[in-house]
Amino acid sequence: MLSRSADNLYWLARYMERADFIARILHASRRLAALPKAYGGAENEWESVLISAGAAAAFHASGRPLDEFNVVDFLTFAPENPGSILNCVEHARANGRAVRTALTIEMWETINDGYLAMKALDTARVAHDGEEFGRFLDFVKRMSLAYDGGVYRTMLRNEAYWFSRVGLFIERGDNTARLLDVKYHVLLPEKEVVGGSLDYFQWSAVLRAVSAHTAYSWVYRESLKPWLVADLLILRPEMPRSLISCCEAAARHLDRLARSHGRQGPAQRHAHALHGKLEVLSIDNVLQGGLHEFIQDFITENNKLGTLVCEQYLF
Amino acid sequence: MLATRAGRRERKGRLQNWLDSCTIANRLSGAQDFQGSRSAQPRRRAVDQHMEPFDETGASGGCARASYEQLERWLNEVEPDLLASRRAQAELLFRRIGITFAVYGAEEASERLIPFDILPRILERREWATLEQGLIQRVRAINLFLADLYRGREIVAAGVIPPDLIYRNPAFRPEMTNWRVPHGIYVHVAGIDIVRTGEDDLYVLEDNVRTPSGVSYMLENREVMLRLFPELFTMHKVAPIEDYPDHLHATLRSVAPPAASANPVVALLTPGQYNSAFYEHSFLADKLGVELVEGSDLFVRDDVVYMRTTEGPRRVDVIYRRIDDEFLDPLEFRPDSQLGVPGLMGAYRAGNVTLANAVGTGVADDKAIYSYMPDVIRFYLGEKPLLQNVPTWRCREPEALSHVLAHLEELVVKEVNGSGGYGMLVGPHATKAQIAEFAAKLSSNPANFIAQPTLALSTCPISLAEGVAPRHVDLRPFVLQGANGVQIVPGGLTRVAMTENSLIVNSSQGGGTKDTWVIDDSAAA
Repeated sequence: MLSRSADNLYWLARYMERADFIARILHASRRLAALPKAYGGAENEWESVLISAGAAAAFHASGRPLDEFNVVDFLTFAPENPGSILNCVEHARANGRAVRTALTIEMWETINDGYLAMKALDTARVAHDGEEFGRFLDFVKRMSLAYDGGVYRTMLRNEAYWFSRVGLFIERGDNTARLLDVKYHVLLPEKEVVGGSLDYFQWSAVLRAVSAHTAYSWVYRESLKPWLVADLLILRPEMPRSLISCCEAAARHLDRLARSHGRQGPAQRHAHALHGKLEVLSIDNVLQGGLHEFIQDFITENNKLGTLVCEQYLF
Repeated sequence: MLATRAGRRERKGRLQNWLDSCTIANRLSGAQDFQGSRSAQPRRRAVDQHMEPFDETGASGGCARASYEQLERWLNEVEPDLLASRRAQAELLFRRIGITFAVYGAEEASERLIPFDILPRILERREWATLEQGLIQRVRAINLFLADLYRGREIVAAGVIPPDLIYRNPAFRPEMTNWRVPHGIYVHVAGIDIVRTGEDDLYVLEDNVRTPSGVSYMLENREVMLRLFPELFTMHKVAPIEDYPDHLHATLRSVAPPAASANPVVALLTPGQYNSAFYEHSFLADKLGVELVEGSDLFVRDDVVYMRTTEGPRRVDVIYRRIDDEFLDPLEFRPDSQLGVPGLMGAYRAGNVTLANAVGTGVADDKAIYSYMPDVIRFYLGEKPLLQNVPTWRCREPEALSHVLAHLEELVVKEVNGSGGYGMLVGPHATKAQIAEFAAKLSSNPANFIAQPTLALSTCPISLAEGVAPRHVDLRPFVLQGANGVQIVPGGLTRVAMTENSLIVNSSQGGGTKDTWVIDDSAAA
């Protein structure tokens, strides 16, 4: 297929995933920020949201005061923030439109309808009105679910699908890692105070952001332990957003590409190395080596995978 | 009577009124968009002969023509509600087939939705056969003409066409001279606009041999009709057109450079998603099963064109290009073009890639050249032209000039290289002062102008909420020419002026389209 088409499909998937992620962290943070300080509600919550969204520098450059409305507006609607939900969906649509014939009707309609619905919003009102905004976040999550379902259920399993999946998993791994990085300090064991941690709600917010609150209970059948939250999000293969799951899935789809092209490349080798490294780790190893360092390292390696895919296939 | 259900009685005795409202042609030179801002010229002589425009159903002649008998019977029997519900369904289908495929948003899509009329335009096979022969003849002659213009120029040497009409023509490409394009074919896809003024009076209004558009509408119209009126298709034995993409693909493959492999690679080159015809480009690429490429997807190395694919560079043999000459290659034409491919012309001249249509075909569909087309046919084919040209006075010729000056109030006068209706005079609509002013302009530079009479376009019935009523139509058949011969799918795109008495068939001005049926002759059926 044309490299440009592969490129469009790859970025289409990444932008849709990114929009979903931002909606999720906003959702979790609003809950947290609404708590009294004694329960972990923290004023710097909005700063950490900006950092996990990768938008802190852009936000501070905009000169806006750091408060709920401004962060919400910036991450959701601000035209000057290239990673705002609105911009993500707009980029996704532009990429999809360029390869319209490679998409199924279900995929295209989801993106196009979602985009048109967002364009029609009174954004100032939505950003100010908590209830409206909650509905908006649900709308974004539903759009992303419908899109993902459309991809999974209607796309031919060929290059177009594989490139789209590779983009999705690289982006998702990056998102989970960023979320962990912002919260790593509360996930460290020495912070734990059994039974009455201020951080309890922080952990649960992290889980909620990745829709893993119930999953945690099923996997560990224990009360919330920060290192287990880290374990779940980093090393558990049954957790669909864990770093190891994302790596495994990216590698699997890169393998499909390699098989159809009849040759392996640096992207495949790197994906397997990354996955292999995670497979032999335990959460104790990770914590001993430093959670922050580990996550930083993962983000770098995951980005490198993205670069290798672009170099190998997309010119 | 088919056309008497609505409007006809009212129209009687309103000839003068109708004439007054005749809107006169102008043409966007170079733009071969079927939606382009130009329309048909009413022709005074035809009006004089028939007193009113030719009604293709035969209603004006007193009895239905054979081609429309069955449709008329069917229309008389159906409940009016049925037509209304089919109209609504058609709209819905267009949104589904067209728009969900399309790359537009809701607002853009509704702009793109060109009005569609649910009643077919019907031609008998016998009528079509005449037209088809004429089209084949015309396109063959145009091709020979281009091959001659860019090599020996015998037609100029023979004094048939004045040399300055060629050399000073902005569409003439010196880059194309003295070499032979693959298989000697310049015009692979032509859209020849045809108007009808009487039973046997078919006129070519213009030849579009650059990058004519509209074929996606022809194909979609048929799809929608097949879903809406299966019973009419059973009744009529309509010649299919759905094989157009196959013929186009075969045509393009047939003209691959001789050096290409047995399985040549075809690509469709588009200016990109912001082009107004992008929908058609992606539609066709999809139907053909070829890559839809932009300039940046292609590159040239050692005079060979490649596209960038996920499996590395892939050689391209034939490019069906839907971008204009001047944007094709920034090294040879407009250096600011972002749409083209640097080095493409070099690869073309080296014989490593075929461009369809060839570069420089525009010289053959220019307004001034148009008037010579009957001579061109006689010169290259030694045959009598089967399709008529609209009579054209070339003001560069003194006799013609004096005739035009004496009849300015009846004629349409156009600048030879004018476009978009600028610098033209519409005699029947102009004031005395405007005519006087134009006469001065014309006298000072006669070579810059041509003049034509006004043409009365034929009418076909359309279905409206108020009933069935006649409207003016034209026809754009699509002619394919490859090393495998000339192919025309039966019919073409019928454009219809949706407003009563209007002659403007352009979609940009409220024109619509309808499906065009070629049916077996009633005698044979």
